[in-house]
Amino acid sequence: MQGETTILVATRKGAWIFRGDPAREHWRADGPHFLGHIIHHMVLDPRDGRTLLAAASTGHLGPTIFRSTDLGASWSEAARPPAFARADDGAGRAVGQVFWLTPAHANEPHAWYAGTSPQGLFRSDDDGDTWRPFSCINDDPDYRRWMGTVQDGTPDGPKLHSIIVDPRDPKHLYFAMSGGGVHESTDGGETFSPLLEGLDVVEGFVRSDPTFHDPHCVRMCPTNPDRLYQQNHCGIYRLDRPASRWQRIGRAMPAEVGDVGFPMVVHPRDADTAWVFPMDGRDVWPRTSPDGRPAVYATQDAGASWQRLDQGMPREQAWWTVKRQAMCADAHDPVGLYFGTTSGELWASVDEGAHWRCIARHLPEIYAVEAAHTAWVRRCRY
Amino acid sequence: MQVLIPTPLQSYTGAAQVEAEGTTLDALLDDLDRRYPGMRFRLVDEQGRTRAHMRIFVNGKSVFDLTRVLEAHDEVAIVQALSGG
Repeated sequence: MQGETTILVATRKGAWIFRGDPAREHWRADGPHFLGHIIHHMVLDPRDGRTLLAAASTGHLGPTIFRSTDLGASWSEAARPPAFARADDGAGRAVGQVFWLTPAHANEPHAWYAGTSPQGLFRSDDDGDTWRPFSCINDDPDYRRWMGTVQDGTPDGPKLHSIIVDPRDPKHLYFAMSGGGVHESTDGGETFSPLLEGLDVVEGFVRSDPTFHDPHCVRMCPTNPDRLYQQNHCGIYRLDRPASRWQRIGRAMPAEVGDVGFPMVVHPRDADTAWVFPMDGRDVWPRTSPDGRPAVYATQDAGASWQRLDQGMPREQAWWTVKRQAMCADAHDPVGLYFGTTSGELWASVDEGAHWRCIARHLPEIYAVEAAHTAWVRRCRY
Repeated sequence: MQVLIPTPLQSYTGAAQVEAEGTTLDALLDDLDRRYPGMRFRLVDEQGRTRAHMRIFVNGKSVFDLTRVLEAHDEVAIVQALSGG
């Protein structure tokens, strides 16, 4: 595929759409969209190549979802954004932010899934206009205990993320919670069960309790849906189904770098190739590039070995943080890789990570970066 | 009755002051949502609680109870306490 590439950048202060030429050499910034809104995730529907959803909130107004069918030229708001069921005693939970968006199976062309903070799972069957909660997760006593409260989650609230749909079976789903572990459904989301075997937890806590598991990002390989990769608070893992035991492939990372990070990116055609962006997980967890020397690490043998990829990046004094949704791959050959930093820089590689360059700087804190192929925008100028 | 709208919600109303009806504050917010779809959820959550940093004043007094009865001559103001960076 050598069509145009579009990079959807969600930030703490709005969204930007970067449109690349066919060589991915020149990029044109379109934005800001929703200036001042916190955009947690912006995703183009690959099933129609037209529908774009953006998960938005502000520091004060409640969360919502904006929808576009012309790649951001115009937007409308969801009629009924994700919301928890109302509790009679008034003590029920309220969605603070929609954090993650995933288009459903190709055979369900109008369906989407959303993950929220506080942690909840939602589905839309009308292109994101109205949403319904999954009570089997959101109201289940075990899941409520496992997902904990704001006190148990990440500093800006626990997240339900990494919603994955098996391309072979629309009823086969995965999602992850930070914290609360990885979970699987084989019945379209009527029931879920934890998938935790082999995953480490912070020393002193109980592995068998989902409460103590903190998956940061889980990805399925497009050409081998039986293979999952995971970047976890406690290491990098691979799982080859039908096995249910995760293998800690991060042990092959250099000891001085470690295997802690947020994003996990998989190759669109080679299930043995994946990329991570390590961060410092020592003592107080700076969560910046180890020693101020940023790098992507790649494996081409399913995690048996890792190679450092930093050509073009600063050699020192670069204390970057890349969040779990802020790194992605396109579908070109060779694959293009993209990541955004919390310091507002957007970096790209058009040769699978061998060389990097900054394609935008001075953006707000970047939360999410998604690549989309949009042949229909050829009429656009660069 | 006239309702004062803060700037973050004027993308819905297109005006700083709008007309709405309701015998309670809850009914008034429902009427605003009918006139300006989506607006209510941005300031009141799904449990019926006014969102943090959003305030509703009736005749100059802060009101959290959405069952508050309204009279035709009451003055309602929705206010956002901007903070943070």
